Amino acid sequence: MDHLESLEAQSVHILREAYREFKSLVMLWSIGKDSTVLLWLARKAFFGHAPFPLMHIDTAFKIPEMIEYRNNIALEWKLNLIVGQNKKALEEKQTYPDGKIDRLTCCRYLKSEALKHTLAGEWPRYRLNHSTGKFDIDVNKEAYTGVIVGVRADEEGSRSKERYFSPRDKQSDWNVDDQPPELWNQYKTDFAPGTHIRVHPLLDWTELNIWEYIEKENIPITSLYFDNGKGKRYRSLGCYPCTGSVESTARNVKEIIAELKSGKFANIAERSGRAQDKDDGGGLETLRREGYM
Amino acid sequence: METKNLLKIVIVGHVDHGKSTIIGRLLADTGSLPNGKLEQVQENCRRNSKPFEYAFLLDALKNEQRQGITIDMARCFFKTANRNYMIIDAPGHIEFLKNMVTGAARADAALLVIDAHEGIQENSKRHGYILGMLGIKQVAVIINKFDLADYKKDVYENIVKEYSEFLKNIGVTASSFIPASGRFGDNIVKGSENISWYKGPSILEQLETFALKPDNLEKSFRMPVQDIYKFTEQNDERRIVAGTIETGSIKVGDDVVFLPSGKENRISSIEGFNSPVRKEIGAPYATGFTLATQIYINPGEIMCKKGDALPTVASRFHVNIFWMGKAPFIKGKKYKLKLAAARVNAELVDIINVLDASELSSIKGKKQLDRHDVGECIIETLKPIAFDFVTDIESTGRFVIVDNYEIAGGGIVIGKAEDESSLLKDHVQKREYSWERGLVTSSVRAGRNHHRGKFIVFTGDKDSGTREIAKNLEQGLFNLNLNVYYLGMSSLVGGLDSDMKAVIEDRDEHIRRIGELARIMTDAGLIFITVIDGADEYDLDKLKLLNSPNEILVVNVGENYYTKFSPDLNFPANTPVKEATEKIKGLMSASDIIPSYCI
Ligand SMILES: Nc1nc2c(ncn2[C@@H]2O[C@H](COP(=O)(O)OP(=O)(O)O)[C@@H](O)[C@H]2O)c(=O)[nH]1
Repeated sequence: MDHLESLEAQSVHILREAYREFKSLVMLWSIGKDSTVLLWLARKAFFGHAPFPLMHIDTAFKIPEMIEYRNNIALEWKLNLIVGQNKKALEEKQTYPDGKIDRLTCCRYLKSEALKHTLAGEWPRYRLNHSTGKFDIDVNKEAYTGVIVGVRADEEGSRSKERYFSPRDKQSDWNVDDQPPELWNQYKTDFAPGTHIRVHPLLDWTELNIWEYIEKENIPITSLYFDNGKGKRYRSLGCYPCTGSVESTARNVKEIIAELKSGKFANIAERSGRAQDKDDGGGLETLRREGYM
Repeated sequence: METKNLLKIVIVGHVDHGKSTIIGRLLADTGSLPNGKLEQVQENCRRNSKPFEYAFLLDALKNEQRQGITIDMARCFFKTANRNYMIIDAPGHIEFLKNMVTGAARADAALLVIDAHEGIQENSKRHGYILGMLGIKQVAVIINKFDLADYKKDVYENIVKEYSEFLKNIGVTASSFIPASGRFGDNIVKGSENISWYKGPSILEQLETFALKPDNLEKSFRMPVQDIYKFTEQNDERRIVAGTIETGSIKVGDDVVFLPSGKENRISSIEGFNSPVRKEIGAPYATGFTLATQIYINPGEIMCKKGDALPTVASRFHVNIFWMGKAPFIKGKKYKLKLAAARVNAELVDIINVLDASELSSIKGKKQLDRHDVGECIIETLKPIAFDFVTDIESTGRFVIVDNYEIAGGGIVIGKAEDESSLLKDHVQKREYSWERGLVTSSVRAGRNHHRGKFIVFTGDKDSGTREIAKNLEQGLFNLNLNVYYLGMSSLVGGLDSDMKAVIEDRDEHIRRIGELARIMTDAGLIFITVIDGADEYDLDKLKLLNSPNEILVVNVGENYYTKFSPDLNFPANTPVKEATEKIKGLMSASDIIPSYCI
């Protein structure tokens, strides 16, 4: 068994474990390459199906191609797609692009807050209706107790401290210093009422592993990752006001793999195009403690 | 970094013995640091006028110097021409033992660091012991800070002697003992003039010889069943038994047996998504199978191959445990035990020995395991489970114990307990001893009722018609003026069981409550009827015991899968209701439960 296969086997095992243990399970789908690989792994684990809803937090500032790609894949793969949004902040223009708040606060409102309240079922969930192609208000308001997330340990410092099954308390807070032990294939699958568990099947994957797997499995991925003809491409996808592209002429998955192997980005963090990470020193860790992905 | 093979190494040892320094060195000397990092950290030190330390590199990388100690295992990577490495840095502080354990459990090999100057300390031993229990066979002992020992050979020899004796006692063999200096770089990547008397490998050379986890294909086949899937709503009619193969391999057409239930079947197909059709598959793939015939099996059973050496099925076993819970591990409390895919309730029966962490000598007479204790115990599951001894097959020979939602202990199975008694038998004995009777005796009660109390359990596959028969039997007996009551399972789940998280998970407890309830109902003289879908032989044994001294009658509808238990009556699926009820009444009358005029 080669390294990619063993990563796949481990992720599948974790996904099945999560599906077995959590009655109210959801997978976060950011439309990016990692969570799309995660979704693909779910189809591996469940023999072609994704037996739980996929949740996307739409900040309303996503690059339009992302939304188009999302809806197409959801229809094609028959996904139970749920979308959440911080309507209030958007209506009141409490956003960074509207010039009212800084980047980190914007992330907090449009992502962390939206995620927290949509997971808890306190804010409306919009569910894709496969017969109309439109989104209807979801009647299910039950809080999700298991949340599958595509974070990788190599993305950035704070993520390397994650467990595969990582508890969050009522406020979605993460207590980094007091995490449960994980032994062999045994994870924390029991949780007190009111708390929930983040499940991280991709923890051991690297950026290169992701691209190699996309190539091996021929997973459809949004074209934003490829050279747009002007020698630029996105390496990490986010909201357009805060996501920069990198200099690259990689036009397809093969070329991205070659580029990564060349060591071109060896000293440049993958998320360096994301402006919010730079705004404060421990930015991402602070956000993550509060539930950011 | 390329997707070559990745070897995971954990680095453990007493705090301040030099783990971070060695990692910093390894990263620096293999050229694995980001450009300019070394200079940047050195410059930082100069500006703050503190001496440069290789350990700072790690902190700079991980940016986690919040308390000045490594809080969690964090990972860093380096590579050689040969392969990629991931170093898991495990904290040495005792408060972070669970982090150390988490880090070590993920590793293929371990470096255990001992300070040459300070010598063997409490955690040098405890960590060594835990590496052994976690099943890490490749351990190199690094005797660090050799500069402080003037690179003297006798210092080396003394520590090697003392520590290898200790390792021998706990059944671990070190691959090598490497004298090194993290600070000066001796023997980290290559040998050193300072230690010319030492002929063994440097740390890096030793790492390069460590092997990746073996696939264990030649061992007996074991696949813990994680789940049984049927995605009918998606128009998928396959019924797939899914899990990760731990050891061995299997082919389409092979005969399999599920343990502990003992049910047998045959592999019909190997399933996958976007993968080529396979006729054979082995460890360590996560896969799924369809079977030749439909049977009821529970997640948590182990699928084995007929003809292979099979796991042991028992409920009492002999284990070694290390305890990490805040609350101690005590007798008389119910814990959840997770072994492979099985989850069962378990209790501590006896403590044979508790090891003193610092000396690893035994402490006699201890009644509980406290935090950070390591002990040899007997535990009992409330229902037999299938397991292997850890010396035969590791992955089905180790388990964790959950207390109050947290994994609080980890352990390995070292043997089966000889003792035949069980906690349940003890319980029933005690219960009967203290049973408080009214003035109406059971024979007086039976005399007036014209029948005796009886617990009738229907079981079988879900759609085999059990409920119709059970309800008709109730009505039939009622119309004959007998005292009879049918209890629907959902009435129980929604009420008496409503405090339970999930009946599937707490099945033991669910069954226990039915059994205790039956004991009361039959004592009240009732004919008490209920339906339990897919009850296995252990459930039935347990119900029988719990209902004792009163009587039970088991009716199985549909295929009879039982290998050890024999139901009192068996009907084929969808037997006409009338025919079935008549037969049951016949049997009840023949065994003097109800008067003969009733049939
Ligand atoms: N003299 C000497 N000091 C060392 C050596 N390795 C580490 N140290 C010092 O020991 C202290 C603890 O080292 P550190 O790597 O932080 O230990 P850790 O707690 O095991 O990670 C630091 O002050 C290091 O400079 C060595 O080989 N020689």
